[in-house]
Amino acid sequence: MPGFDFSNHNRNAALHAQGVPLPKATSTGTTIVGCIYDGGVVIAADTRATSGPIVADKNCEKLHYISPHIWCAGAGTAADTEFTTALISSNLELHALSTGRKPRVVTVMTMLKQHLFRYQGHIGAYLVVAGCDPTGSHLFTVHAHGSTDKLPYVTMGSGSLAAMSVFETQWKSGMSRDEAVKLTSDAILAGIFNDLGSGSNVDVCVITQDKTTLMRNYITPNTREHKQRNYRFPRGTTAVLNQKIITRAEISKYVTVHEVEDVAAAAEKMDVDQ
Amino acid sequence: MSSPFAINGGACVAMVGKDCVAIACDLRLGLQALTVSNNFPKIFPFGDVYLGLTGLATDVSTVSELFRYKVNMYRLREERQISPQTMANLVSSSLYEKRFGPYFVSPVIAGINHTTGRPFICGFDSIGCIDFAKDFIVSGTASDQLFGTCEGLWEPDLAPDDLFETISQALLNAVDRDALSGWGAHVYIIEKDKVTKRLLKGRQD
Repeated sequence: MPGFDFSNHNRNAALHAQGVPLPKATSTGTTIVGCIYDGGVVIAADTRATSGPIVADKNCEKLHYISPHIWCAGAGTAADTEFTTALISSNLELHALSTGRKPRVVTVMTMLKQHLFRYQGHIGAYLVVAGCDPTGSHLFTVHAHGSTDKLPYVTMGSGSLAAMSVFETQWKSGMSRDEAVKLTSDAILAGIFNDLGSGSNVDVCVITQDKTTLMRNYITPNTREHKQRNYRFPRGTTAVLNQKIITRAEISKYVTVHEVEDVAAAAEKMDVDQ
Repeated sequence: MSSPFAINGGACVAMVGKDCVAIACDLRLGLQALTVSNNFPKIFPFGDVYLGLTGLATDVSTVSELFRYKVNMYRLREERQISPQTMANLVSSSLYEKRFGPYFVSPVIAGINHTTGRPFICGFDSIGCIDFAKDFIVSGTASDQLFGTCEGLWEPDLAPDDLFETISQALLNAVDRDALSGWGAHVYIIEKDKVTKRLLKGRQD
């Protein structure tokens, strides 16, 4: 890959040396799970994104597309899971085109671990890779430092302990599709209700040899009640000092007007945008 | 020293209404507790798309100029305006390129996609993770307060005039509880065929 741009690194390192804390990235506190069943594999995730103690996104998507029959659930730094899976998805498509074969889950797992190991854990992506290929159904976990696991059922993220407790008590070999979907969604629900970093809804993805079914918001146990009354303000509540209406003109397709505002001008003076 | 996001102060918020979107920002530029300017807008128009930038003021200027360049190059190459969705991906990948030496900014995008006619808003963290929201997006030093006011005041399908009152009151009341934001505000109400830009009367303390 072309690689990262470190042009701001020296400045930020100097700032950090003066005691400036590192920026808070959106993290997917997250509960993600996966489970193999007879005839396929299913992965599931919650939909909460956090920034420290603040819920940044109440319904985000943590199930990432890799190829039609390989999907990935991501925990850790949200931007890293998003871009790492997009990068591997892109490279895998080229790989499939050049080999003329269907992509394999081990290939995805290997590409991910080699990419993440190169960055020594600084790319904070914790992933569950699942899919079906000509060699069967597969399920892996990939950690940010590059280590991998191959297991019949897996959990990751801050809610992994809550989710694993469900698997360890209820998992059995040779489950049907419906049993596997029930078990994985129950594991996510355990994370949603018992882990503060996870919440909102359950997303499930079922992958078989011939079909992939993404069930976005499969369970919505935390819907907000509609407001019984509203706080709508009467029009004219807010004091306005000045207003400018800009109509969408055809000329704006070809010309952009940037008004250079007089710095000394009073705050009441407005500038024209287009 | 404090976080680079809290040196200069500032707040920005975007909301979705019925066939319209709104984006608003405060006007303060400070250096810790000292206010340097009360006319430092944080919303930058790029044709049909509006980009709000809060955080370290030097990066707000740098990043806004960077996107002015990138969007102008897009327009020349494609001979069309950039859509809000394309702009969101441009912002996201530009920020992630600097994953290990980020700009200290929290961008917000608002606009109407003229192909689909649908309103669009989204927010980002400083390394480019997109937050697609159906209701509202907040950023800046008053973001905690804005989450509270928006969560309480926002409702679906507000008409442009009602959306203006809602976003204005959400912003004004949030920045009044943040020492680093305020000193007036700009509000853009974006509709299909027109954009209304208003300057709000806010507290000057």
